[in-house]
Amino acid sequence: MSIATVFEIVLAAVVLGLAIWTIAVPETYSATVGFVAYGLLVALIWVRLDAVDVALTEAAIGGGLGGVLLLGAAARLRNADPTAVETPCKLVRLCAAALSSLIAAALVAAILLLPDPAPTLAPAAVAKAWATGLANPVTNVLMAFRAMDTMLEKVVLLLAIVGVWSLASDPAWGGRPGPRHEADPHGVLAFLARLLPSVGIVVGIYIFWTGADHPGGAFQGGAILASMWLLVVMAGLTDTPPVSSRRLRFILVAGPGLFLVVGIGGLCLGPAFLAYPLALAKPLILGIEVAMILTIAATLGLLLAGAPERSEQR
Amino acid sequence: MLLHPTALEAATTTGGFLLVLSIVVPVSGVLLAFVLGDRYVRLVAFAVVPLGLAIAAATLAILPQSDGPLVYLLGAWPPPLGVALRGDGLSAVMLATTALVISAIAVFATTDFCPAAAETRAPFAFWVLLLAIWGALNTIFIGGDLFTLYVALELLTFAAVPLVSLDGRAETLRAALRYLIFALLGSVLYLLGTALLYGLYGTLDIVLLSRRVSAEAAALVAAALMTTGLLAKTALFPLHLWLPPAHAGAPAAASAILSGLVVKGSFFIIIRLWFNVMPALPGFAATQLLATMGTAAIVFGSVVALWQERLKLLIAYSTLAQIGYLFLMFPLAFDASGRLESDEALAGGLLQAVSHATAKAAMFMAVGSIYVALGHDRITELRGIARARPMSLLAFALGGIALMGVPPSGASLAKDLLLQAAEESGQWWWAVVLQAGGMFTAAYVVLVLAHALAGSDVSIAVTGPASRNQDLAALALALCSLLLGLVPWDPYLPVPFGTAPKVFGIESLSKLLLPVLGGAVLAILLSPWPHPLASSTTWKALASAARPLRRAGIEFGRLVERSDDVLRQWPMAGISLLVVALLLAALMLAAN
Amino acid sequence: MSSVTVFGLCAAAAVGLGLYGLITNPQPLRKIIAFNLLGSGVFLLFGIIGRRGAAAGFGNDPVPQALVITGVVVAFSATALAIALLLRLFQTAGSTTLRSGAPTGAGPDPSGD
Repeated sequence: MSIATVFEIVLAAVVLGLAIWTIAVPETYSATVGFVAYGLLVALIWVRLDAVDVALTEAAIGGGLGGVLLLGAAARLRNADPTAVETPCKLVRLCAAALSSLIAAALVAAILLLPDPAPTLAPAAVAKAWATGLANPVTNVLMAFRAMDTMLEKVVLLLAIVGVWSLASDPAWGGRPGPRHEADPHGVLAFLARLLPSVGIVVGIYIFWTGADHPGGAFQGGAILASMWLLVVMAGLTDTPPVSSRRLRFILVAGPGLFLVVGIGGLCLGPAFLAYPLALAKPLILGIEVAMILTIAATLGLLLAGAPERSEQR
Repeated sequence: MLLHPTALEAATTTGGFLLVLSIVVPVSGVLLAFVLGDRYVRLVAFAVVPLGLAIAAATLAILPQSDGPLVYLLGAWPPPLGVALRGDGLSAVMLATTALVISAIAVFATTDFCPAAAETRAPFAFWVLLLAIWGALNTIFIGGDLFTLYVALELLTFAAVPLVSLDGRAETLRAALRYLIFALLGSVLYLLGTALLYGLYGTLDIVLLSRRVSAEAAALVAAALMTTGLLAKTALFPLHLWLPPAHAGAPAAASAILSGLVVKGSFFIIIRLWFNVMPALPGFAATQLLATMGTAAIVFGSVVALWQERLKLLIAYSTLAQIGYLFLMFPLAFDASGRLESDEALAGGLLQAVSHATAKAAMFMAVGSIYVALGHDRITELRGIARARPMSLLAFALGGIALMGVPPSGASLAKDLLLQAAEESGQWWWAVVLQAGGMFTAAYVVLVLAHALAGSDVSIAVTGPASRNQDLAALALALCSLLLGLVPWDPYLPVPFGTAPKVFGIESLSKLLLPVLGGAVLAILLSPWPHPLASSTTWKALASAARPLRRAGIEFGRLVERSDDVLRQWPMAGISLLVVALLLAALMLAAN
Repeated sequence: MSSVTVFGLCAAAAVGLGLYGLITNPQPLRKIIAFNLLGSGVFLLFGIIGRRGAAAGFGNDPVPQALVITGVVVAFSATALAIALLLRLFQTAGSTTLRSGAPTGAGPDPSGD
């Protein structure tokens, strides 16, 4: 057994252990912490699977921002009523465990039965990479071959914002999301909030920029920018914008909006909806990605901030 | 012809751009409405409605002239690398239905969700979400790729869930959260199956998959998981825990969208999966399981509907029963070896979905007006509403009659087609269920009408004047559902020539009377509520004669209601979900 | 054992654990976490399938990778929406139980005919 295999088995065992901990531990806060650790280790699995783009996404969005979201909720729900009385009886849990294991077993069987050699679209994606001028095949799939999915997924993000905002109380509508953070201006948080963003923004933009030819891209970069913005908000250095702000709304639709405009341009002037003219493919895709990184950063940040809670004046 | 594309459509067809527009127009509306906000949200919606109607009409007009489905290759990339949009007869019918129902709902909601100069929360969310649901449904109807369908399905869920909790009461927030989590569980199972299919065949394109797919164990496991996930989102019994509170708690216009349209999205993907992706695979036994669940849905939904105190909950449970009705087509469409045999059955199932979409939306709108007038929707206190809100009650009644399968309604044509398929395939037991289903539907409609029409001389205090817009919108949809049987379907659906129902004559009279009489008997036997005519002497004589029967009926009803309560507990619903997945997988594996 | 097999077992186990947690844990936040675990198992399955399809100089088929990236973003927004609903429910009702409160069809005395 090679060292790499041993490492993989240990990694899988630790990840599995964390997954069991997340489900089995009685205390919710511990479960949340367990899940965040799980998310970060899963990113390592993605590296081992040679999918660095996904590893970055999983670490930034799945583990990082998702972790902040879950931990924040767990902290706010600490005083929630103990629901131990609602825990289903042993028989029900036993049934659920048996059935879930059967599903997992069926899945293992299905994985082992997958054909060899495996079907793949990698050669096709490489063969058509000339059409965009970008060397990162994942970016090509996201921005060109399956551009429709990416565009619709941006609309999903927007709807999540509408959904979260729709939970505001009527008087707070149009106001600022989340509580106002008052941090000590000389404290550690404020210090970090002054120091980190300049680094974070550079890293975020670098990850985005390098995404054209190397692993990285708008999602991963946007997530880093969002976390920098949140840090600044939590340190009390700035406030969340009111949801009625026209500029904010414009940023939130910029990504899918530009995507649609370019798409319609292709429909009217070019060969097809969402087709890029050969000469302009790279600049157009990069332009859409610039709009998208802004949209993604703002959306992710606002999804973490929650529903509007304070009216605009205060 | 339209259902089984034979040639490889590797190129965009003429008119294919209409498919793109039917997605782009509502999505652009979402973005615009979101940016403009304020009083412009409704304006944007009203600009999109006629455009959307025109696109749907153009698609209907152009499809018969094309010798196959409309195809559009997005970005000019052919599958498997790219994504194609495909519009066949089924898509065209569903696109048109959605456009129609959304338009009526937009008219209905004009007053309820009137935006003010200073932006307010509920109207903003409502109009944006309405357009989003339109875009998501259109994508589902024409998406040619299983992953694009997944994104569209999520789009639909994200647009539907906030509609449930628009009024912000704790009860509706709880309903929305239950709905969201169960729907997410459903979509993860769907995605799981998608991953396996990609691993097996290296494509998610529906046409390419249908050529490559074979009866491998892994493919069948994938089909079982995907079907189960979609069933959870469609709320087929026993996976319905989220539906009654969500559909009954939402504002009237939102309930109309949720009940009429949203559940049809995941249902349509099941059709795609079973009829287009793997037409020969699921096998006879699996289709029998689906229809058995459908039958249980009809019995549970109808009986529990009769036990409801509130009209909105009654209609929500009626939706549960009608969803069950939609699944009766599966065994009738495939023969014993699992091959697709009867296109008529598929046409019947789809027609049933269309007539339910129109009728149920009309009924929810009518009940909304009744609720506003009375300040409540308790069924036993409806007397006098016939005089106070005749138009609303008429819309409700017409919608109900259309659902029962009275000619020339769409439901009646659907029933004829399904009965014919049942006869041809010798599955008489589903014919019994089909007939009984009509009677059960009649039972709760008759019950409500009896309460509403009893003592119509009583004048009651109502709040505010009737809104003519709202009544007209509800009435138009109900009439539409009632007349669907007269539409020439054959360019879009395989409806054989000459099945168009005769409106007059002995046959149609029996079709009217049989369900109504059966329904009245069922309503009397199964409904626990004091009857509106309880004081009349003839009634008392009748009642004493039927007392033992009625007692048995009530006991049965109580049993059904209790079991429904148990099945709607979260752990029970979860276990049912896993059992359905494993059963489906086992039956499919056994058949191949 | 190849890495595909090792991580394949891991993905299937995550799916099973996620399903179990989603069904049996009564707390909505725990259900949301279980949903994320389940989702991550499904994404890993995509990753394994992509890994098996390594070709043309890429260690992982780019198409499943792109699907996972889209899926991760959708799952994150779902989590955010669910948590916003949960917090609002807690704020409004003072409890987070998902159990429906009042029975839906309070059957009256059936003898009153």
